[in-house]
Amino acid sequence: MTQDGTAGETAGEGTAQTTDAGAKRTPLHALHVRLGARMVPFAGWSMPVQYPQGILAEHRHTRAKAGLFDVSHMGQIALWPRSGGVEEAAKALEALVPADLVGLAAGRQRYGLLTTPAGGILDDLMISNQGDHLYLVVNAACAEADLAHLDTHLAKQCRIEPRPDRALLALQGPEAAAVLGALAPEVAAMRFMDARAVTIAGIPSLVSRSGYTGEDGYEIALPAEAAESFAETLLKNPLVAPVGLGARDSLRLEAGLCLSGTDIGPDTTPVEAGLGWSIQKVRRTGGLRAGGFPGAETIFAQLAEGAPRVRVGLRPEGRAPVRGGAPLFRDETGGAPVGSVTSGGFGPTVEAPVAMGYVTTADAVPGTRLFAEVRGKRLPVAVATLPFVPPRFVRP
Amino acid sequence: MLKFTKDHEWLRLDGEVATVGITDHAQEQLGDLVFVDLPTVGATFEQGAAAAVVESVKAASDIYCPVDGEVTEVNEAVAQEPGTINSDPMAAGWLFKLKIADKSQLDGLLDEAGYKAILG
Repeated sequence: MTQDGTAGETAGEGTAQTTDAGAKRTPLHALHVRLGARMVPFAGWSMPVQYPQGILAEHRHTRAKAGLFDVSHMGQIALWPRSGGVEEAAKALEALVPADLVGLAAGRQRYGLLTTPAGGILDDLMISNQGDHLYLVVNAACAEADLAHLDTHLAKQCRIEPRPDRALLALQGPEAAAVLGALAPEVAAMRFMDARAVTIAGIPSLVSRSGYTGEDGYEIALPAEAAESFAETLLKNPLVAPVGLGARDSLRLEAGLCLSGTDIGPDTTPVEAGLGWSIQKVRRTGGLRAGGFPGAETIFAQLAEGAPRVRVGLRPEGRAPVRGGAPLFRDETGGAPVGSVTSGGFGPTVEAPVAMGYVTTADAVPGTRLFAEVRGKRLPVAVATLPFVPPRFVRP
Repeated sequence: MLKFTKDHEWLRLDGEVATVGITDHAQEQLGDLVFVDLPTVGATFEQGAAAAVVESVKAASDIYCPVDGEVTEVNEAVAQEPGTINSDPMAAGWLFKLKIADKSQLDGLLDEAGYKAILG
């Protein structure tokens, strides 16, 4: 038996129970070990891929009740204006991110992209307005490069403050609001993408109502030294179970959410990725603050004329999972590929294999039958709309 | 006679026919299995050739043929319910049966004590 493929967040996983000697540990490392997690190296960190419950049970628990995720490996960065108010930091960051950040109200969060001069994607990130500064959460694998990128372009206007002293937890699922609300009643009134400072059980935290599962829930940034006891408090609630990176990947795949470096990257544009919605009207052609970010020309042309290929959902007709890297064809034999799968696996809630990938625009109509080549066989897949499971956000 | 490979397959010999599966250690390392791709009855494999594929939520893994042989039967029940391999890897979770071509290859496989030793 040899593992010949890994998917999504667990890419690069080594032998179970062992981790790179140099792997960084999150503030919850000891708790993961006590809970019986299988620790794996991920993006330079030692992370729990699953707990004894297993990926299927952890996935289903999150959709049914509430899952607790340690996402402390993600990069947290405060962006302070060197002069003036938070809008000065927002204005500065708009030179790198094609989102309306000046228009982002205090207490609100927005999804954004760091773009390349060619119109590709360096990374995706969450940006919140904390009143006097912006707070960014970036992907672990990109954190160093993102920091250098911010430093190169924004150091004159902003003080860039990495916050490795903070842990980051995500509490996700239909019971998340009841669980966190029992500790901090004010979070119940928050709506999707609200973000603000909240004191929970005496711990100064930054809470946002957001996540990476398609479920309602919260992401909580808090001092590293307070993280373990806080996580233990949450886990005492029988509605809460710990969830590892394995289920995090299957949850986000069912929710149709991109994994940076896998589904989006320097070779994909926001328009191809179906992320044009993250470029608000004010930043588009004819808008008050149109353009002014890397790759604007390419991205505007694609917004106007369409992209040659687009990201789509894929539903294999059979039971075999179709994973990242599989080429896609129009026919069962012969012909050139019309695209490829970027992420795929088994969807525990869908109870069937699910995948996403890029196909030429002509092949992107939902219902189009394509063939994915897996181990030399071409398996029929249907182009599908994303997400595979309906989101359950609490909209403002 | 029960034999093991260092790649975590097991083989149980009954006359000329061997039943093949994966070990408890293997299923535990793989996690919840969601798909099994079994060989065709009548197919022949050389020792070490990929004869089946099992897939967990997050990865696909090749199952190697422990010795040269011809597939005489496959376990359709695990194709329908891959989780059986997790719950009962050494019995109900068997994968395929093999008519052994060269019994001398069995001598090169591990016995139970030898397999336990490599698990450490």
